[in-house]
Amino acid sequence: MAAFIVRMGPLLVLWLAVFLSGTWAVDRGNFKTCDQSAFCKRQRALKPGQSPYRALLETLELTNTKLTLQLINDNNKVRLLLELYRLQGNMTRVKINELKPLKPRFEVPDVLINDPPTEPLSLLSQDENGVVLSLGADSQWLIVSAKPFRLDIMEGREVLLSLNSRGLLAFEHLRIRKDTISYKIKNKVYSAWENIKWVFSSQVDPEGAEKKEETDAANEPAEGETAKEDGMWEETFKSHTDNKPNGPSSISLDFSLPGVEHVYGIPEHADSLKLKTTDGGDPYRLFNLDVFQYELFNPMALYGAIPVMLSHSAQRTMGIFWLNAAETWVDISSNTAGKVRHTHTHTHLVNMEGYNYVQGSSETPQTDVRWISESGIIDVFIMLGPTPTDVFSQYASLTGTQAFPPLSALAYHQCRWNYNDQEDVAAVDQGFDEHDIPYDFIWLDIEHTDGKRYFTWDPHKFPQPKDMLQGLMDKRRKMVTIVDPHIKVDSSYKIHNEIRSKGFYVKNKDGGDYEGWCWPGNSGYPDFTNPEMRAWWASMFAYDQYAGSMENMYTWNDMNEPSVFNGPEVTMHKDALHGNWENRDLHNLYGLYVQMATAEGLIERSGGVERPFVLTRAFFAGSQRYGAVWTGDNTAEWEHLKISIPMCLSLGLVGVSFCGADVGGFFKSPSTELLVRWYQTGAYQPFFRAHAHLDTPRREPWLFGPENTALIREAVRQRYALLPYWYQLFYHAHHSGQPVMRPLWVEYPQDTATFSMDDQFLLGRDLLVHPVTEEGGRGVTAYLPGKGEVWFDVHTFQKHNGAQNLYIPVTISSIPVFQRGGSIIPRKARVRRSSSCMEHDPYTLFVALSPKRFAQGELYIDDGHTFNFDKQKQFIHRRLSFANKALSSRNLAPGSQFITPSWIEKIVILGASKPSKATLKTPDGKENLLEFEFDASMSVLTLRKPGVNAGVDWTVVLQ
Amino acid sequence: MSCALLLLLTSLALAMGTGAAVEIQRPRGVPQSKRQFYEENKPFTCLDGSSTIPFDRVNDDYCDCRDGSDEPGTAACPNGSFHCSNAGFRPAFIPSSRINDGICDCCDTTDEYNSGATCQNTCREMGRKERESLQIMAEITKEGFLLKQQLIHEAKRGQEDKQVKQKELIRMEKDKTRMAEAFLELDDDSDGYVSVAELQSHLELDPDSDGSLTETETQGLLGGEGKVDTSTFETVWSIIKDQYLSEVSTYVMKTYTPQEEQSRDFVSDHDSDHYPEDYAGEEEDVEDDEEDDHEEEEEKVVGNPHIGGEGPELGYRSLIYGPECIWVCRNLEKEIGFDFGPSAEFAYLYSQCYELSTSEYIYRLCPFNRVSQKPKFGGSETNLGLWGQWAGPEDNLYSMMKYDHGQGCWQGPNRSTTVKLTCGKETVVTSTSEPSRCEYLMEFTTPAVCQEPASLDEVLHGHTEL
Repeated sequence: MAAFIVRMGPLLVLWLAVFLSGTWAVDRGNFKTCDQSAFCKRQRALKPGQSPYRALLETLELTNTKLTLQLINDNNKVRLLLELYRLQGNMTRVKINELKPLKPRFEVPDVLINDPPTEPLSLLSQDENGVVLSLGADSQWLIVSAKPFRLDIMEGREVLLSLNSRGLLAFEHLRIRKDTISYKIKNKVYSAWENIKWVFSSQVDPEGAEKKEETDAANEPAEGETAKEDGMWEETFKSHTDNKPNGPSSISLDFSLPGVEHVYGIPEHADSLKLKTTDGGDPYRLFNLDVFQYELFNPMALYGAIPVMLSHSAQRTMGIFWLNAAETWVDISSNTAGKVRHTHTHTHLVNMEGYNYVQGSSETPQTDVRWISESGIIDVFIMLGPTPTDVFSQYASLTGTQAFPPLSALAYHQCRWNYNDQEDVAAVDQGFDEHDIPYDFIWLDIEHTDGKRYFTWDPHKFPQPKDMLQGLMDKRRKMVTIVDPHIKVDSSYKIHNEIRSKGFYVKNKDGGDYEGWCWPGNSGYPDFTNPEMRAWWASMFAYDQYAGSMENMYTWNDMNEPSVFNGPEVTMHKDALHGNWENRDLHNLYGLYVQMATAEGLIERSGGVERPFVLTRAFFAGSQRYGAVWTGDNTAEWEHLKISIPMCLSLGLVGVSFCGADVGGFFKSPSTELLVRWYQTGAYQPFFRAHAHLDTPRREPWLFGPENTALIREAVRQRYALLPYWYQLFYHAHHSGQPVMRPLWVEYPQDTATFSMDDQFLLGRDLLVHPVTEEGGRGVTAYLPGKGEVWFDVHTFQKHNGAQNLYIPVTISSIPVFQRGGSIIPRKARVRRSSSCMEHDPYTLFVALSPKRFAQGELYIDDGHTFNFDKQKQFIHRRLSFANKALSSRNLAPGSQFITPSWIEKIVILGASKPSKATLKTPDGKENLLEFEFDASMSVLTLRKPGVNAGVDWTVVLQ
Repeated sequence: MSCALLLLLTSLALAMGTGAAVEIQRPRGVPQSKRQFYEENKPFTCLDGSSTIPFDRVNDDYCDCRDGSDEPGTAACPNGSFHCSNAGFRPAFIPSSRINDGICDCCDTTDEYNSGATCQNTCREMGRKERESLQIMAEITKEGFLLKQQLIHEAKRGQEDKQVKQKELIRMEKDKTRMAEAFLELDDDSDGYVSVAELQSHLELDPDSDGSLTETETQGLLGGEGKVDTSTFETVWSIIKDQYLSEVSTYVMKTYTPQEEQSRDFVSDHDSDHYPEDYAGEEEDVEDDEEDDHEEEEEKVVGNPHIGGEGPELGYRSLIYGPECIWVCRNLEKEIGFDFGPSAEFAYLYSQCYELSTSEYIYRLCPFNRVSQKPKFGGSETNLGLWGQWAGPEDNLYSMMKYDHGQGCWQGPNRSTTVKLTCGKETVVTSTSEPSRCEYLMEFTTPAVCQEPASLDEVLHGHTEL
């Protein structure tokens, strides 16, 4: 879906005039820089220095679950309450709120899957300088320094991470607006800089000249006119005024990471995998926005926000989860990037009775990070790893894992804005069969509705939706229709009337229903933060409510940032109200709630039996639990193809495995070569959907001549053959939170050569993909990691050594993919017209031997679409292992049961030597000799037709 | 293990079902034409010769041959194909991947023998429907083809008429040019009149050939007047033109010659591409150009063809307006040189327009000219493309027309329309659609594309194997 369309009629003319500058790039002027976002400007003006905060050790309380301690700002005497938790699984939670806020500050609900279980903290020592707490077994300590306040997490003698070591803890406490004359007079003599200091009431002035005067001004900060300039009580961007009845409320905290040069995550940004330093530019921004024609390689906010950053070094991987749903900016600086760095604050010596911590020298690389949010509280989860796998598990234990999608959702999706009518859908469906290209889902964008009224159908174009859906079902295929969260204000529209009468709309600052422009024209925005609203919304997906829907119809939530065409930055006014809370407080959560309610609806309509499939554009931490995301409205350009890799890798690192980019590019029309390369790349990315803008020429795979049709067919067929492996990877992502699509460093954490790589990636541990993303590419240089390891080209079976840069000549048909020696990958070689058609087909096992002639893999099978795998343990999960010249299949889940008709069709062993015979042994004691073929030139052994059922124990012995 | 006994004899199934089996035994999925390669109990050699396998590995649900020929009846080979006999309908090959995939592909249900799918044998019904529609099509084709012969005949006649007319026009044009030259030549004092004195020097005009042209004789030539203006001169010219000898060549001559040459270019240039470009150029300026009227005048809705009308008369309404002929002449020349199909069977579409009304728009196709769309309830017309070229596949070039360079789309291409021509008794636009934004598709029936009908017997039985 696009950010907009010209055919919307006169309603949007004005808006379009503003937005359509006629250029092919984002109009940056529509979106705020840090300087234009008042709180960011105020906060960023605050430079590192000594923190005005002091821990009041006498207030320390230690219970079984947490430590509490008050902090005081010595400038304004405002007190904060610090809570420290030791969480199970090697995590520390740091919560800071005002001790006595004027009114409650927002704490993000519904993102954590539960109240994270704690482990006791024990006090190791305490004196007037601070306290030392034990963080459990790994000789880890948490040091609370009192004056100035800071936290250090140590392991042995090493500092893992420090908080407020640069003194950037800042808490704009809630206050009553004061516009007295005396304040005005007084403040007029103050410069803007003085005001900033007043806001935080901190002593960071390098000269320290006015210190006395400021403290004389008691606890209250400056207000009035100059404050207004600072945007504390009101802020105007373009023509939009943001009323701030609660005044300034932003928060900030810095983190220092000694020994760290690489940080990742905090999606969504169209940027490299390794995050860049932000010195001299804007911070990375997290604020869900509908950005029209986004630009690459900059820190601007996009559709989704996951405030999770991973740090990685050869020694350790850690994560910082900043649980805050307000507009957030993240600054990153590094002492190794660019020039010589100023003094290392982290080298500060903590010296207490019994503990003398010598800290890193200034030679150590260090990354400093600063988080700034507009409102809410500081609630940080520090995931201490130490391995990447540990961090993924830790984060999964907090926010849950990837939803396990129906198998078919991992297959190929055909989308376009728009398939015009039922005949068009039938013709495209037929086109796939005629050209023998598999697909599982065809998608309908907004034009399928009756005047952009979601849950309805255009009566002329789609008069018989059930006939259409039945036609797809007869081919064992499925459909997705779009349901956006903006609701046409129209008293003849049932959905609107019900939402209005139930009072479920978001309210404007004056208490009326909030209205804005979107596709249907004037629209209301349901308050998805309200659980009653979500329950009602979910009920609208019932088959008797959503007329024309059937069980093979799933849902796409677009525009859920939310997009408001005439709103500030094309989104909702921050002073709009969700119950008692302002959009300001929870903006980034809206999209998550939309998808949550929709997924719930799809589950409910099937009586809790069927797994849902919902695609969303906006997201937040935890969104992985509800379905898939895509990278929004990209462009048919080579650079956009390339950026799809780091964008999805970044999402995978922070829980969202089910990620993809519009194949072909949404805006503009791709060259045939680009389209082919995009299919080849997309076939190896988790969410595989082609999509195109309304105004682009058609691009179904068969429209570019037989050669290109064949190339695309081949790419899609490779995807289908590999579906068993994809499904298994998603089972793991669902089970343990491990990403499906991984940067190389995740599996080779000590190999520094991999740390910045984002032109290739791993699927699980065992497949390495280096797609061709260069126009006219004649070769790629793939890095094959792992000293002493080997990799096999999956197409030619050629063996290559690990730990090398391998130049691979390519043609237009090449998709460089390698299987790790030591792995076993199941495939289904019989590619059919949809994944459902392949359900009972036999498996081919690809056994790639390690240099030590060993290999291991898995096979996961269930019904592919229900929750029975979970609720009734109806699945098959087997360990496949090759060792001592024997390949065997053993049950990994003895408590489970499932019957499959699928059998083992063929076993291909790469890197094998020629046996004299191969014997299949089954549990009934039978032994059968297997025929085999041996290709000596490639050392490939192919065992013919073991024929054994995929769900039972068996062994093949080679002699 | 699901690899059941797959060497099922199709005859068996058929025999039980219909009692009318004449079929020979063959492995599942093998067409009659390849039966010979599958000899029971003899080793099977892959059809590409790549290897030879025991016969019990044919259709044993494991792919042994690279070309997939050992598994004609299972889904084991990724590149295999399955043959359904479809008795009562038309036999077909389907990709092996559609065997037992739960979807009924063969109307005789033979592709789903082990998937649990419940398929109905629909071959007879499909055969009946197919025969019916073929019959209807055959009738249409037959009548259409007769109409086409008429069209060809008319086109031929029209072409001849046009050529005659063109010659006549050119002759008249030349004559008119000479007349103008003569007038200017004669009008020595450039007062806009040819007087007796001015004409008198032309002794060749002497009616009695006595060597002297008297004043009375001259006045007689001028129709009794002392002097004549340009319009009266026309009558004079018709009397004197055969005798008249020009004085020396004048600048007037030079002014006209190049245009004549240009005209000749058109006559000799049978590449019709010339036309649309020219046309398009004029079209684009249309908004504020009076030539527009000219066009409008030409486009007359069905039944009022302009060709053969009074057009040519416009040419010599006045001496000084001589160049106006150019327009008509050029049009005629273009038309004569135009590619109206192998036998000019499409010529009758020229200067016609055909409309189709949908719920929102009126679509208008003016063949060899333009396609447009006009909202039914107010709003201006949108140009969906100007005549581009014939755009059918190589073996059937005249089955499609392409109109392009229509009005531009926002951030998109210029609008264009593909017109698909199918055989029909009537000339009519049957449907329009916009499969891709700003790329329109129009279906248009005309007798001009009707092919010589095969005999009905051939149509009905030509493709049936049995």
